[in-house]
Amino acid sequence: MQDYVQNLADNTLILGQRLAEWCGLGPFLEEDLALTNTCLDIIGQAKMLLEFAAELKEGNETADDLAFMRDQHEFKNVILVEQPNGDYSQTMLRQYFMDVYHVHLYQALSTSTNQKLAGIAAKSLKEVVYHLERSELWIKRMALGTDESFQRVQASLDKLWHYHHELFEETESLTELVKQGIAADPNVLKQLWLKDVNALLASTPLEIPQKGWKATGGRKGHHSEYLGLMLCEMQFLQRAYPNSEW
Amino acid sequence: MNGNVQQVYELLKQVTDPEIPVLSLEDLGVIRDIDVNDSEIIVTISPTYSGCPAMEVMEQDIVDVLKKEGHRVGLPSNIRVETQLSPAWTTDWITEKGKKALFEYGIMPPSKSGEILCPQCESKQVELISQFGSTACKALYRCTDCLEPFDYFKCH
Ligand SMILES: [Zn+2]
Repeated sequence: MQDYVQNLADNTLILGQRLAEWCGLGPFLEEDLALTNTCLDIIGQAKMLLEFAAELKEGNETADDLAFMRDQHEFKNVILVEQPNGDYSQTMLRQYFMDVYHVHLYQALSTSTNQKLAGIAAKSLKEVVYHLERSELWIKRMALGTDESFQRVQASLDKLWHYHHELFEETESLTELVKQGIAADPNVLKQLWLKDVNALLASTPLEIPQKGWKATGGRKGHHSEYLGLMLCEMQFLQRAYPNSEW
Repeated sequence: MNGNVQQVYELLKQVTDPEIPVLSLEDLGVIRDIDVNDSEIIVTISPTYSGCPAMEVMEQDIVDVLKKEGHRVGLPSNIRVETQLSPAWTTDWITEKGKKALFEYGIMPPSKSGEILCPQCESKQVELISQFGSTACKALYRCTDCLEPFDYFKCH
């Protein structure tokens, strides 16, 4: 159970941190505000999930300890969310993949037999539905825009497609949680996700890469080189000056 | 409501949203429960947006106001603010008084019918500029009659 909530928490924390990197650098003012507000929602979700993850650990660790004092191999996020922002098409495609996932995930979890998880999910669902409207619009806009915007979003699709598999990996402990009505069924989530993503892609000239590989390992703590670099920056202050506040 | 709870409720009318100072906690509809016992006051609130930085400020303001003013009316000085996630906060809980205050302040309040009016000239001729305004709870619109941009407090 702790492992499951930690995975959900880390997905939002790392995605939120990546989005925060855009703060002040968005392509235009309104978009800068929109993306950083999305980021704020996701960091808020991370906070709720990390507090729950800390509670489930039954130790002395707080949500902040989990965010700032764990090492790379202790993070359980999927590798997709730690991928660099790249250009705007890469950021928005990663966002779109995660938004579709989060909408279905939170929808399922809002009826979880675990009350706490159900509460967090119902609260978060309202936010991610709105995020999805925006990221979906961006993918369409870029795919149906100019030659260059199309080429860029196609290149991002070629790069990021292989990472989505990890969101729906099954493990024995997850299967057990699904049986108890606590967790969302990854197979059901995958079908819903593919249905939505395929429908959007079909309305554009974008093509899913035919051959490929499947990213795996993040949920066991095996990450890409990018996570460590991100953590260096994210955790620096708490590591250098433990317990500092403002 | 017993006398002590009523007193706390009255004091909390002073606490406003730091980003929208015309809205009190009561107007926002975030107060879920007030409990006063011999040694402490427990105020339970619903967070608006999960990442909203105004929530933390409001929590601190609740503690400050009750500490500062509470002893005059004989309330305990230990204050605890709890947050309750479910049922999730919705803009339906913003009071009519709160909606009116928003409009007069220049922010179009949440509109269930979907009809959005310019708070400056009340024209219906408006267009969406961005799904997010200055904060996550608002979207940015422009009036095509008076040309003023304005915030719309989204239905949530
Ligand atoms: Zn107007």
